[in-house]
Order: sequence, then structure tokens, then C-alpha cells
Amino acid sequence: MDKVLGTLNGTQYTVGDSLLELSYLVAALLFVVGLKMLSHPESARRGNLYAFGGMALAMLTTLLLHRDDNGSNISLTNIWIILAAIGVGSAIGWIIARKVKMTAMPQLVSLYNATGGAASALVALLEYPKALTGDVGSILVTVLGLIIGAVAFSGSMIAYGKLDGKVGDVMKPFMTYINLLLLVLTLGLGVYITVSPNPPDEMIWAIYALFAISLVYGVMFVLPIGGADMPVVISLLNSFTGIAAAMAGFIYNNMAMILGGILVGAAGMILTLLMCKAMNRSLINVIIGAFGGGVSAAGGEQGNIREIALSDAAVLMSYSQKIVIIPGYGLAVAQAQHITQELDELLEKKGVDVKYAIHPVAGRMPGHMNVLLAEADVPYEKLVEMDDINPDMPNVDVAIVVGANDVVNPAAYNDPGSPIYGMPIIDAHLAKNIIIMKRGMGKGYAGIENELFFNEKTRMLFGDAKSSIQKLVTEIKTM
Amino acid sequence: MEQVLQYFFEYKEAIFIIALSVFLGIEVISNVPAVLHTPLMSGANAISGVIIIGGIILVGHANLSSFSAELVLGILALMFGTLNVVGGFAVTDRMLEMFKKKKK
Repeated sequence: MDKVLGTLNGTQYTVGDSLLELSYLVAALLFVVGLKMLSHPESARRGNLYAFGGMALAMLTTLLLHRDDNGSNISLTNIWIILAAIGVGSAIGWIIARKVKMTAMPQLVSLYNATGGAASALVALLEYPKALTGDVGSILVTVLGLIIGAVAFSGSMIAYGKLDGKVGDVMKPFMTYINLLLLVLTLGLGVYITVSPNPPDEMIWAIYALFAISLVYGVMFVLPIGGADMPVVISLLNSFTGIAAAMAGFIYNNMAMILGGILVGAAGMILTLLMCKAMNRSLINVIIGAFGGGVSAAGGEQGNIREIALSDAAVLMSYSQKIVIIPGYGLAVAQAQHITQELDELLEKKGVDVKYAIHPVAGRMPGHMNVLLAEADVPYEKLVEMDDINPDMPNVDVAIVVGANDVVNPAAYNDPGSPIYGMPIIDAHLAKNIIIMKRGMGKGYAGIENELFFNEKTRMLFGDAKSSIQKLVTEIKTM
Repeated sequence: MEQVLQYFFEYKEAIFIIALSVFLGIEVISNVPAVLHTPLMSGANAISGVIIIGGIILVGHANLSSFSAELVLGILALMFGTLNVVGGFAVTDRMLEMFKKKKK
């Protein structure tokens, strides 16, 4: 391993050095292939495994083969310390990942994202004093890694708190200015540190100050963002963590880190923009504008709410040919996914064709609803995406809306004053009958009225989604 | 202008890698069905835990002869990074497992 192979740019390199870089190449390729496979249903699970394999390989070879500038390997004592730290982290991470409920998935992803951001920020913080005076390139990537990592950490923690219901939305008009000020301060200090001719030893105060301000900025950045926009924010912060890791990769000139980080950063950014598109909002609008600030234009022609009795609903469903269930976050909150599946099965036995219409931003995370329904054993083929189900909606006998609101609000088509105007929706209003299961007459996350509730084809079934569906199942069984 | 060109030349490999990886990242996840958004996000999140390599290098070459804040923070970074990697891959696997089993 220590056999010298040759000299490059005045430094000798050994067999070990070359093997290490080769392992990074393999790891980087596994990341790319893994990510690619993750985007296809059949190969997704293997893809995840491949990416993990790449990570494990890079960790192992780094541990065994990495040499510092003096050419010394990682000593055995250090290896033990590293293994202990990795052991503790793995155990905690694995236990949480196995125990957590599927409805809490968005929180968990936020939490893990926070830890990744924290790790990047800490690495940058600790590497800064080792930078050479005036080495603008290295200092720049260190500073960027620190800022982005710290913002990703504190921002993700706030996102975690919000999704878990521990932190509320805080939106004051002046916060936009404070945020702007914080952003200017962060970037200003970052530039100052980068171009300063002082040796890093004398700038330690500045780097810690930058760390602190970045943390505050992360908190203030996520605090005002409304619940409906959370999927976008999680995805954006996810992208940040990738970029932060890539910056740290530049510090070490480590190709696996650079490629893995940028790959995740770019993929996360695209996912973020896709989601913005699904909500018909621009990224800037999500970050700066608070959603549903009480400027609802809709008000007039509300009409009457008509309720439906359980037995009538049961009859209607049993004698339908085609039913579409439109699930929203309410279904997840009520933990109604399993009982919904039972209802579905029961109806299928009676010869009813049951499908699920999934809006891209249903739930608290893109695709969250698919995961929840999959957990309840709903076959993958029954989950139909919005664009595929909409043309078929006029042929649907009953559209059952379970705990969804904004994603079926026709105001998106016909009320230019509505905050959700232009957002693609599931065309529940085109179905022959509409049953809406709701707790009460509360508004959706966007905080606006839904004219679908007043549609003359609509019947409301008030109550907790889980117990309502439970009763429906019992009712249909006795028929 | 000259300075910008100078930086570009000195860091040209890095800039090439960034440019191409950005393109790769976009290409790789384009056309992903909405069903897979959550697992994809969580899997990508786990990959961003690659910062753990930095943690290993940092703690690996840390001086153990004296107790230092650097060592403590380094170990913390390492634990955080592992949490991100192991937790992220484990939870992604758990989600995808559910997609799989419904094949009767």
C-alpha cells in the first residue's frame, strides 16, 4: 500500500492513494446509478442499496487509506474513536428510522437533513483555521460550506418543529426586513472573511460569528413559511445540505464528496422547482410571501351545505361503478389509510372500480400520500396521478374527498383573486356525485373557502375520517 | 476580469465537475413519478451525508494527545453525519419496502 508509484505536482503518491481515489470513483458512480434507479418504481429499492454501498465503500477506504499532508495514515486509536462515533450515530439513526410512524416521515427527513447540515457546518468551522492565509479559493468554499450547512441545519430543525406541531407559523410584516438584513449581514461577513488578508488564526472570532448569524438566519428564514409550503422548503433545505457537503468536498479535494454533494444539490433544486410548479408559485414567492394572508377574494355565492347520512352514502357507493378516492393530509392525520384500504377492498368485491387520485402536493411532502397508502397495502396501480385521472373525472360516479381541501378547490380555475388561482387541481367537481369527509367546516391550509363544498352535487360527511370510514365499512357489510 | 480568469484557470477542474454534476443531477431525476418523490428525497438526503468522509478525515488526523474542542466538535460532526447516512438509507428502504410488498 505504501509503495510509491510516482510523483505528481511535486508530491509522491502511493498505491494506497491511487486505490483510494479509485474507490471514490466507484462510490461516485454508485451514487449516480443509485439515484437514477431511485426514480423508477421497480429498481428504487436496489438503487437505495447501491447508493448506500457507495457510501460504505468510501467510508471504509477513507478510514484505511487516507493520508494527511505529512503522509501519515489514520492511526489505530483514531480509527477506534471514529468507529465508536459511527457506531453511536448508526444505532440512533437506525432505531429512529425503524420506529417512526409513516405519517411522521416528513419530520424525520427534515431531522436527518438537519444532522447532515450540522455535520457540514462543523467540518467547515474546524477546517477554517487550517486554511492558508490569502488562499481565497479554499477560504471561499469553507465559508460557503459553513453558511449553507448552518442554514440547512437550523432551518431544517424549525421545519421539523413545524411539521411535528411544536413550532407555529410566525409571520410579522417586519420579518421580511429582518431576514433581508440578516442575509446581507451573513453574506457581508462571509465576503469579509474570504477576502481578508489576515491569517485565519486572527479571524476565528469572525468565523464563529458567521456560524452564529447563519444559524439565526436559518431559523428566521423558515419561521414565516406557511404549512402548505413546507414540502418546498424541505426539498430546498435538502438541496442546501448537498451543496454544503460539496463545498466541504472542495476543502479536502475529495471527488466523492464533491460529486455526491452537487448531485444531491441539483436534484433537490429540480425537485423544489417541480413542486413550486405543482402549486403554481415561484420559489421567490414561497420564500418571501406568506400564504393565505387573509386576502381571500371569494366570499359571495356560498349557498347551502348538504349533509349525507351514513346509510345513504353506503348505498350510493355500493351501487356505483366507478369511485375515485381523493386523499389529503386529513387522511394521514386521522390515520385512516388502513380503513380506507378496507373500504376499497369491500367495494371492489361488489364490483366497484376504485381508484385513488393523488395530487402532487397531497400530504406534507411530495409523494407522501403514496407512501401512506402503500403502507396500507393499496396496490401501486390504483394510485393515479392528477394529470391521468382528470380526463376521466366526468365518468366517475362518486368522488370521495378524504381530508383534502385546497387540492380540489375549483377556485384554482375560476377565481383570479384566490391565492391558489392557477394551481393544478384534481377535478372532483366534474364527478357525478361528490362526498366530502371533513372534521368540520374549517378551511384548508391555504385558509380559503372552498366552493366545492357548496356545489349541488356535493354531500358532506362530517366527522373524523377514520371513524366515518369505519362506520361506512360496517354499513356496507350489512347491506 | 483578469483575476476572474485567473481563478477560473486555477480551479478549472472543480468548475468543470460542478457544471457537469449539476447537469447530471438534473438529468438523473427528471421524469421521476410523483409516487417516488418522498423516497427519492429521502434517498438523496442520505447521499448528502457524504460529508461523513470529511468527518472521518477530520477526526482521523486529529491530535489525541490533548483534549480539544476540535476533537469534540469533530466527533459530533461524525455522529451527525452517520445519523444522516444510516437513518436516511434505512428510512428510504423502509418506505420502498412497502411499495414492494403489495405485489401479490
